[in-house]
Amino acid sequence: MPTFLKRILGLVVVVALLIGMNTFMGREGLFGFGLPYYYAEIINLTGISIILAVSLNLITGYTGQFSIGHAGFMAVGAYSSVFMTVYYSEGLEQSLTGLVGATLAQSLVFLGVIIFGALVAAIAGLVVGIPSLRLRGDYLAIVTLGFAEIIRIIILNIDRVGGATGFRGRVPPWDGRLIIPQYANFIWIGGFAVITIVVVYNIVNSDTGRALISIREDELAAEAMGINTTRHKVLAFVISSAFAGIAGALFGHFRQFLHTNDFQFIRSIEIIIMIVLGGMGSITGAVLGAIVITILPELLRKLPGDLYSYRLVIYSALLIVIMLTRPQGVMGAKEFGLSWLKRPQRRPEGDKPAGEKGVPIAQQPATAVIDQGKEQGKEHA
Amino acid sequence: MDTFVQQLINGLNVGAIYALIALGYTMVYGILRLINFAHGDVYMVGAFAGYFIALSLGLAAGPSIFSLALVLLGSMIIAAIVGMIIERFAYRPVRKYSRMTTLIMAIGVSLLIENLFVARIGAAPRAFPDFLGSQSQPPIHLFGNAAISKAQIIIFLVSIALMVLLQWVVFRTKVGTAMRAVSFNLNSAKLMGINTDAIISLTFAIGSSLAAAGGVLTAQYNPNIDPLMGILTGLKAFVAAVLGGIGNIPGAVLGGLLIGAAETFVVGYGSQIGIASTYRDAVAFAILILVLLLRPSGLLGSTVQEKV
Repeated sequence: MPTFLKRILGLVVVVALLIGMNTFMGREGLFGFGLPYYYAEIINLTGISIILAVSLNLITGYTGQFSIGHAGFMAVGAYSSVFMTVYYSEGLEQSLTGLVGATLAQSLVFLGVIIFGALVAAIAGLVVGIPSLRLRGDYLAIVTLGFAEIIRIIILNIDRVGGATGFRGRVPPWDGRLIIPQYANFIWIGGFAVITIVVVYNIVNSDTGRALISIREDELAAEAMGINTTRHKVLAFVISSAFAGIAGALFGHFRQFLHTNDFQFIRSIEIIIMIVLGGMGSITGAVLGAIVITILPELLRKLPGDLYSYRLVIYSALLIVIMLTRPQGVMGAKEFGLSWLKRPQRRPEGDKPAGEKGVPIAQQPATAVIDQGKEQGKEHA
Repeated sequence: MDTFVQQLINGLNVGAIYALIALGYTMVYGILRLINFAHGDVYMVGAFAGYFIALSLGLAAGPSIFSLALVLLGSMIIAAIVGMIIERFAYRPVRKYSRMTTLIMAIGVSLLIENLFVARIGAAPRAFPDFLGSQSQPPIHLFGNAAISKAQIIIFLVSIALMVLLQWVVFRTKVGTAMRAVSFNLNSAKLMGINTDAIISLTFAIGSSLAAAGGVLTAQYNPNIDPLMGILTGLKAFVAAVLGGIGNIPGAVLGGLLIGAAETFVVGYGSQIGIASTYRDAVAFAILILVLLLRPSGLLGSTVQEKV
């Protein structure tokens, strides 16, 4: 089958699945079978976690830059998009409704504010990334943490988004929507999760992706091979931040309530645990980690009485045990179940994406990654 | 002028405690190149150890230097043991892996300690007994309206004494020489017959006991202790270590005092230049970012050339 037909078919299947799932999760249900809102909420939050984990994986898993400020960019996306919705979208939505109908008008406005949130988060990523990505390793970690904390404190001091009381809708002296509309549903959240996975997959398997992986393996060697390491790191950081912003925008329009406490240090750590659990440098691993880490606390809720209070202890013990026994994560850099999604084999056998053969890159000859990068570059040129 | 002196006194007091904690960060980083995220939690463990010692010995609140000394010593010993356990069972097994692995391990240990405490004793703050009678005794007036309380004087004196002691250990004893050798080059130190594992363990013990002292002293100043008190204080102390030049002991002290002073000045004077006092917690991070951009090696640190 030609590639484009395969892609169209894939797209149709994904859209059909999303619409089906969304109806199933909605109030009326699908063919009389519905899902209680509690479960629907967990599934939606899992989708948001997938976006966060997969996007963080681009910077931490593939580029090897340890960022513990992802929640900060999520906060930027969430607050900026909800801010637009509450204060500047009502009139636009009304005039669009007259032109194209209520549903489409609402979707257009939502798409607009999501893109706005992503842009603002990307700009924040650029502002943070340019100075801090000159630093290496653990300094970068602490600086991203510091920036996320500063972002949070700044938001906390903006009265127009509710400050310490949280953001539910317009704040009295200003005019706008009374409450945040619940625009996000599973079509949006699941759709953006798929988009994130596809985009990150394509980046990782492009020559840019090879450059990113070579930076992770050895920054000095990558630089010596002519890779502009700072430019690539900033690029990865900005893309990653933009997706965190999208996740934030979806989160805000799903929860209909924002509070800076949702974007604390611990939230960033949670996203890191997801990719550590799944394996750094594995998209499917990150997805798996996001699912487990979002659902696990809800499952632990079912534990008898006292044990529930130990759920976070179990979490952190899990993290320690993984680091002790399998520091590369459960999946390592391996992917699973994606072979049917891949393009038909155009590459020679020995030119598979790094780490795919199940050999951790660190164990391959040092030249392997860089050689691949060069060949890949020629192929595209 | 009064306000200025008052802010300076308060700032240096907070700063002395940051400095005590920063010493642990800087010593561990100097030796292992590891940001010991759990260090802030060791500070919390120290405060709670002191609290439970006081509780179990029935030491009531009331001005008693002897009680304070007992609690201080006990909590320092317990924290030293905790620090050595963390090093032995969490950090040593992953020492050979990449720095990201050890960093995630440190975060894991930190989360484990916090959540274990929250699950066991609850997140609600507890009141640490006041051994210095800082509430009942009138503060000593310096000049004008600036005042210094007895608690502040003792906190400052104890901190300085501990720092001088540390300086003596590191620069005047055999163990200290070994510590400096290990931080200079771990493998060469091993070849010279130094038991590096023991030295690393000892470094954790010393750093942790200083953090515990910081915990108990903070509790004399602000009696509310809770299991999450170490997160922000720990991060700020780390910033202090970076500001002074990480791996550098006098630098950590200088950094701690500067961060403490900067924070109180933002609270005291910030409103006059349009910075709300809620930005207090952002100050340390802003300083960190500026330092890393302008002088990444810190105020007293020396640049290290990266070798290929």
